[in-house]
Amino acid sequence: MAHRWINTLKESDVTPEAAFLNRRQLMAGAVAGVGLAGISGGRVRAEGELQPNSYEDITSYNNYYEFGTGKGDPARNAGTLTTKPWTVKIDGLVDKPGDYNFEDIMKAMTIEERIYRFRCVEAWSMVVPWDGFELADLLEMAGVQSAAKYVAFETVLRPDEMPGVRFPVLDWPYVEGLRLDEAMHPLTIMATGIYGKDIPNQNGAPLRLVVPWKYGFKSIKSIVRITLTDSEPPTSWNKANAREYGFYSNVNPEVSHPRWSQATERPLGGGLFAGRQDTLMFNGYGDEVASLYEGMDLAKNF
Amino acid sequence: MKAWIWPRTSDGKPGRQGRRDFRKSRSEFFEKFATPGGPVKVIIDGINSFARRIPTWVVYSAYLIPAVWLFYQGVYGGLGPDPVKALEHELGKTALQLLIIGLCITPLRRFTGLNLIRFRRAIGLLAFTYVVLHLLVWAFLDVQSLSRVAQDIIKRPYITIGIAAFVLLLPLAATSNNWSVRKLGPAWRKLHKLTYLAVILGGIHYIWLVKGIQIEPLVYMAVILGLLSLRLVKTPKRGPAARPNR
Repeated sequence: MAHRWINTLKESDVTPEAAFLNRRQLMAGAVAGVGLAGISGGRVRAEGELQPNSYEDITSYNNYYEFGTGKGDPARNAGTLTTKPWTVKIDGLVDKPGDYNFEDIMKAMTIEERIYRFRCVEAWSMVVPWDGFELADLLEMAGVQSAAKYVAFETVLRPDEMPGVRFPVLDWPYVEGLRLDEAMHPLTIMATGIYGKDIPNQNGAPLRLVVPWKYGFKSIKSIVRITLTDSEPPTSWNKANAREYGFYSNVNPEVSHPRWSQATERPLGGGLFAGRQDTLMFNGYGDEVASLYEGMDLAKNF
Repeated sequence: MKAWIWPRTSDGKPGRQGRRDFRKSRSEFFEKFATPGGPVKVIIDGINSFARRIPTWVVYSAYLIPAVWLFYQGVYGGLGPDPVKALEHELGKTALQLLIIGLCITPLRRFTGLNLIRFRRAIGLLAFTYVVLHLLVWAFLDVQSLSRVAQDIIKRPYITIGIAAFVLLLPLAATSNNWSVRKLGPAWRKLHKLTYLAVILGGIHYIWLVKGIQIEPLVYMAVILGLLSLRLVKTPKRGPAARPNR
């Protein structure tokens, strides 16, 4: 069910883009609701602080190691990725397993705009105006069985189109996972656009996960498979270095990454002399998600 | 003539005899090509006499201009969305490259006769300058707090190692002048062997700071270890027997 979470930002906070406005008119019904409700919002920090980054910044500074480990590599190299046609295999503990065509998914889903903070484990952050649908809606479409407790995700692996996978930087394909309640949370979305445009390849076209209260690497890109399981699925960075990357990877200023502090972050887009800012517990989404982890030791389950 | 190739065996004969044969074939190579009048020697002599005419300030400015340019780009948005990291990484990498260039100078002279030794001080001091700039950008533009800088040095091993490399370079930079060379005498050469340790620590620092297994820092490390292992190679005996024309 869409619209379970409402942006705390005004529509006007997003940099206007011509293409964005065109598409917005098409989706007037969907977006107007968000906009109006947004005006009455204001739960998080002072609203002015949450200025979305420019389209240029968001789409030129990416970690997508299948296309190279440099931040500019994905924007340079991801053009080769074929995203049409695209199917997502949904299997495991679901009533209707199968290959779901991307176009069919888009017809069934309600696209809405979500302006989220995005916090990388490398201690930089951005604000991104995503377009997408709630993952819960997709999972409900496939029919989650009661035995399911986790959701596993897999990124496409195409050595012909992905120059980065020649090197064993990680154990390819990239895989991620969530607990079912995290996956069903209204904040968890599958993003298909940025600033009202189709999401560019370097940001994870045609559809990617966005879990705003977790470090960016949890938000797996270019998904081809979603599997409902009853046990915790393996996740790429945890496999690579379990001491440094846990399954949960919630944004937590009190738990340091062994190689860098997570207490503060550098918001990008401010130039060479921009200051750092304090990192917020659950990336500022504590009101919404802290209850998911009640009674858990977050230093142990990092 | 046996090809002058690595590893150092010839005719499949391992051990001492193989090494002796290899050294012999290598000196035969030099006798044939690198003797006065030989083609390699002519080229090398040409480069040497050209290099003698280049003032060292050319080397200093060739490396200091890029640092100014990088900083300028950082200020005016030419380094992308995260200019701090871009600047920090570029300065660090250039420092490591300069240390590696410094390591090339002695083997080049020993094995080819190419003499660039008069630029070695400039290269070393430039490497140190880049290390200092790298540190300043890290401390003041990236971390932005001296207490967090101190915590990072203590708590994060890859930073501890980087700082250790910097500390090792301090006495080397301080003694990179004619007065110190005279004053210290033979101890100067010993002291400056600390470069070997500093550059190894720099290489480890780079491998350790990246996420996952990445190729580039491993290539740097391989080059460093390769250049250092050349120091273990014995040169063919110099003198009338082996090099009659020298």
